[in-house]
Amino acid sequence: MKQLAPALVMASGRRKSIPVRIPTDWTGIIFAVVLSAAVILPLLVVGVWAFTEVWRYPNVIPQQFGLRFWNQTLTRADVWSALTLSLQLSTVVTLLSAAICLPAAYAFARLSFPGRNVLFFSFLAGHAFPKFGLLIAIAAIFLQLNLIGTFWGVVLIQLVGTLLFMIWIPVAAFQSVDRRMEEAARDVGAGPFRVFWSITLPQAGPTIAAAVLLSFVGTFYETEGAWLIGAPGIRTMPVLMISFINNQMVIQYGAVLSVMLWVPSFIALMFARRVIGGGAFARGFGG
Amino acid sequence: MSVLKITDVSKIFAGPTVAVDNFSLEVGDGELVCLLGPSGSGKSTLLRMVGGFERPTSGLMTIDGDDITQLPPERRPTGMVFQSHALWTHMNVFKNLAFGLKLRGLPKEQITEKVEAVLELVGLAGYGTRGVNQLSGGQQQRVALARSLVLEPKILLLDEPFASLDQHLRERLREEVRDIQQRLKITTLFVTHGQDEALAMADRIVVMRDGRTEQIDRPDVVYREPQTPFVAGFIGTMNLIEGEVSKGRFARADFRIDIPIPDGPATLAIRPEALDLEAAEAGVAQVHRVTDYGTHGLVDLDLGDGTRLKAMVAHPDLFSEGQKVNLKPQAMAAYRDNARVYRS
Repeated sequence: MKQLAPALVMASGRRKSIPVRIPTDWTGIIFAVVLSAAVILPLLVVGVWAFTEVWRYPNVIPQQFGLRFWNQTLTRADVWSALTLSLQLSTVVTLLSAAICLPAAYAFARLSFPGRNVLFFSFLAGHAFPKFGLLIAIAAIFLQLNLIGTFWGVVLIQLVGTLLFMIWIPVAAFQSVDRRMEEAARDVGAGPFRVFWSITLPQAGPTIAAAVLLSFVGTFYETEGAWLIGAPGIRTMPVLMISFINNQMVIQYGAVLSVMLWVPSFIALMFARRVIGGGAFARGFGG
Repeated sequence: MSVLKITDVSKIFAGPTVAVDNFSLEVGDGELVCLLGPSGSGKSTLLRMVGGFERPTSGLMTIDGDDITQLPPERRPTGMVFQSHALWTHMNVFKNLAFGLKLRGLPKEQITEKVEAVLELVGLAGYGTRGVNQLSGGQQQRVALARSLVLEPKILLLDEPFASLDQHLRERLREEVRDIQQRLKITTLFVTHGQDEALAMADRIVVMRDGRTEQIDRPDVVYREPQTPFVAGFIGTMNLIEGEVSKGRFARADFRIDIPIPDGPATLAIRPEALDLEAAEAGVAQVHRVTDYGTHGLVDLDLGDGTRLKAMVAHPDLFSEGQKVNLKPQAMAAYRDNARVYRS
């Protein structure tokens, strides 16, 4: 700001002697500080706790750093099996969701059929009611179908959670593909399927990738459904974390698992940035 | 060597809206025909029907005698250039041009050869590896043209291809497109709402209004001898004066002139360049504004009842605001019931 001010005076040419004061945007600065504190501070505290062995009140800095709790956590077999299970679940749910939702999204975006709008908004229904009530109702049905405590039971319940992202975002993606581009492809000799494969899908690709990623990460962290339907046989990472924290009030266990849980989403985000580029990714979310 | 024949084609959209109403046209081999009209006149719908993107409600379309009316776009021997270019932004220039050739199963060397030849033709040799978003608007339009030309279509369809470009570029590109079209002798149907474009490029102009043909003629004929008041008003600048004819004399406000037609209402059409002015104390019109364009001047006139006219003059300095003048038309036409009834 300060460097800009003289340049502006120069540009205006005549009034060189009068300093131009650009007002400091205090509101903006306060917002930035509060937001940063709200987002970064808890992360920082959790990050520090994960590598702490002794940290007693009123010390600001831990008395003793160490990897003891990492050792204790990582040597547990249930942590590794939960991590593997979570990754398997997220992958299966995301793939199934894509297989079901993407064709549906295309249909919603491009075709007109009776009941289109009602059906489209019905995908909101899963998010319109208190989630726990819905889950209990579904659990009652699953109990009769012998799906409680099974892998596929959890897959089904988590699938419901992804429908909203995987329908609404791809619908927007397909709708924003320039119809003239598709017509131009028809014009040079491509049939409808070739047009979809070579033009529509690559054009909508970055946005759909964003939806797939959201769905994967969302499923990875999904807790209530996995706990209610999966317990006791199926224990995902977030479920395991809850039981850790509930059973023994050792902050470090929670902190270590939290840091571990960041890893998949962090890798996924890095991967997304590499594959589709920051700009395209932002566009996917309407940025 | 291709002839496009459109016979009694209509398109009615749900509503119902009649977009194209019983339209017929034959575009001769190597001819460039312009569909000219205001927005909503049905010209784009007609072009899209020829390209296969809309199905006609009724009528017949043939290319070299083959019925194409019901064929999907991918099976028509037509190539369309879209107003928005519609280039595939996830492919580079080469891939944009090669896509159609690949679909036809051509060997790689032949594809490369054809793409390079057509890039040369549109003046973009060496641009193959560029992304389409790295190109300027004019270059994108050339790629769009090349993408159609590389497939050697029998009929080239251009849908307001220069609408998104600035004036200077538009003028240059339309000359280039006309040159290429004449060199390849490709039968072309061109849609535009810009009369300059139509006058500069077309062998024949079809003036359309409300889905119907108003006039089909060579550009100079459309300009000099408009058949309807709509065409008269749409092509070039035209003074259209509504008035009454009584005993062979047309009257509007204080303006009177002899026109040998039966009594009744009539529309008088006079081009600004055919309207001479004569300064007179008791003139029928008053000078409202004088604009000097250097090469000529334009005088805005008021007939006293709010009717505005324009006259082109060689010496604008001879006229000044508020001055009274008499009108001396050198050439004019009169219309009644949407048809020309008199011309001098």
